[in-house]
Amino acid sequence: MIWNEEFETLPREALEALQLKRLKNLVERVYTAVPYYRNKMDQAGVKPTDIRSLADLRKLPFTTKEDLRLNYPFGLFAVPFDKVVRIHASSGTTGKPTVVGYTKNDIDAWAELMARTLSAGGAHAGDVVHNAYGYGLFTGGLGAHYGAERLGAAVIPISGGNSKRQIMLMQDFGSTVLLCTPSYALNLADVMKEMNVDPKSLKLRVGLFGAEPWSENMRQEIEARLNIKAIDIFGLSEVMGPGVASECIEEKHGLHVFEDYFIPEIINPETFEPVPHGELGELVFTTLTKEAFPVIRYRTKDLSRLITEPCSCGRTFHRMQRITGRTDDMLIIRGVNVFPSQIEHVLMSIEGVEPHYQIMVDRQASLDIMEVQVEVSEDIFSDEIKVLEKLGKRIEREIKDLLGVSCKVKLVEPKTIQRSEGKAKRVIDNRKL
Amino acid sequence: MKVEQISIFLENKSGRLAEVATVLAEAGINIRALSLADTTDFGILRLIVNDTEKAKQVLKEKGFTVGKTEVIGVEVADKPGGLAEILNVMKANSINVEYMYAFVQKSAGNAVIIFRFDELEKAIDALQKAGIRIMKGEEIYSI
Repeated sequence: MIWNEEFETLPREALEALQLKRLKNLVERVYTAVPYYRNKMDQAGVKPTDIRSLADLRKLPFTTKEDLRLNYPFGLFAVPFDKVVRIHASSGTTGKPTVVGYTKNDIDAWAELMARTLSAGGAHAGDVVHNAYGYGLFTGGLGAHYGAERLGAAVIPISGGNSKRQIMLMQDFGSTVLLCTPSYALNLADVMKEMNVDPKSLKLRVGLFGAEPWSENMRQEIEARLNIKAIDIFGLSEVMGPGVASECIEEKHGLHVFEDYFIPEIINPETFEPVPHGELGELVFTTLTKEAFPVIRYRTKDLSRLITEPCSCGRTFHRMQRITGRTDDMLIIRGVNVFPSQIEHVLMSIEGVEPHYQIMVDRQASLDIMEVQVEVSEDIFSDEIKVLEKLGKRIEREIKDLLGVSCKVKLVEPKTIQRSEGKAKRVIDNRKL
Repeated sequence: MKVEQISIFLENKSGRLAEVATVLAEAGINIRALSLADTTDFGILRLIVNDTEKAKQVLKEKGFTVGKTEVIGVEVADKPGGLAEILNVMKANSINVEYMYAFVQKSAGNAVIIFRFDELEKAIDALQKAGIRIMKGEEIYSI
């Protein structure tokens, strides 16, 4: 079902007119309110009045995670702080997180967009939504929560973890819609099997999965094992959180970008030029309505392509292909963004630890397992087991504190981690999606 | 009074121990005593050899992480109560044993126990006061 028939099926011309109106307003607002954006635009020689058509968007400078880092924590907020009603944060590339804010209107728009997402995925009022996205600074839990309430569903704000209890509550509460990462969905299927719970005995009908890359194979596996329809959804905190784009249950082919709120572009990550129609490139977003934390041409580093052909569901929004990779070395571990530079940051902060490390990622029983191998230098070596074990535990704890995701630290002999000529190979990802 | 011990970091994978032994053999180094402590992921091999500096050097050249620690070697009568006597001295002086390993001497009929204490000097003092013989480094290197 289409949640907002009027906007989601707008004829392209009317949609583009709306986009242009909102884009002009956005650029004007940002130019006035955010000195950093103003300086960048001045340096690029572009003024708000230069934006006369949607094609003029290309005149505007890109925004990157580095810009966000430089303005930590609130430097890019475009409203006075007393208008901010919510703060979320996600992984930065080093010790500091990426911070985003929302006004009351932003939260309202977010709920609308997540309601559209849930609706596109086949959920409706009266559903029991089992929300296993993490609640907290991560946008997944609360973002989905507000959307499900807006939809008129009953939300179970269970957050992540404790799978047995999750399954018990699914049985007892009659959950019909599952929200979590795709790998967690498979983990739930594993635990159901252990508990001798037949998924067919549950009321689950559909699952909306996001926050990490997955594949058609995984979709088929989830659908078969949980006896549900599995829908891919997309979002990122810098742009808003979940609810930026979603597949429709009719086609399950490409994610409709809610273009009345966001303009997607696909660029060549090296030349920064738009790629030819339908080709793979880096996904870039401009937020059209956001008040507290608008972004202009935010480079996601996610690789995708745009599908502009009309869709049978009736939505006129273009679709983005499911994310096929990254232009940088970011990893997504159990839904959490992890940059190798963050791990390095932790290691370097511990005296005697050399930055010779490697991150091994694997998937065991449908859950991501991250192992950080650290070479034992003479400075940290001890003849006592307990000293080395303590060090390993300390690194594990500090990584968990910074990233919010647990890992196992394995101490290895020096020179066992490959040294390459140029950039060291920091990550070995053995997951098969 | 003190004995130099070298310790080597080893990942738990096959052949590493053999490699250490081979490196030492090729350098003509004799192992006097050894102990291996292990966890699921790694182990620490502790050795007393006849030439500590040379052993350390050849192992480092082969890329091993090598440490040097001071321990003490105590001669213990090879009879019931021999070890208890020493440990009771430690207990009375609140000295902790970090680890220990023993080997029985061939000729004299005594056992030698290598101790790593948390407080080395205090331990030496306590043992001497209790009349327990602490072996000299040279005695142990040349056993």
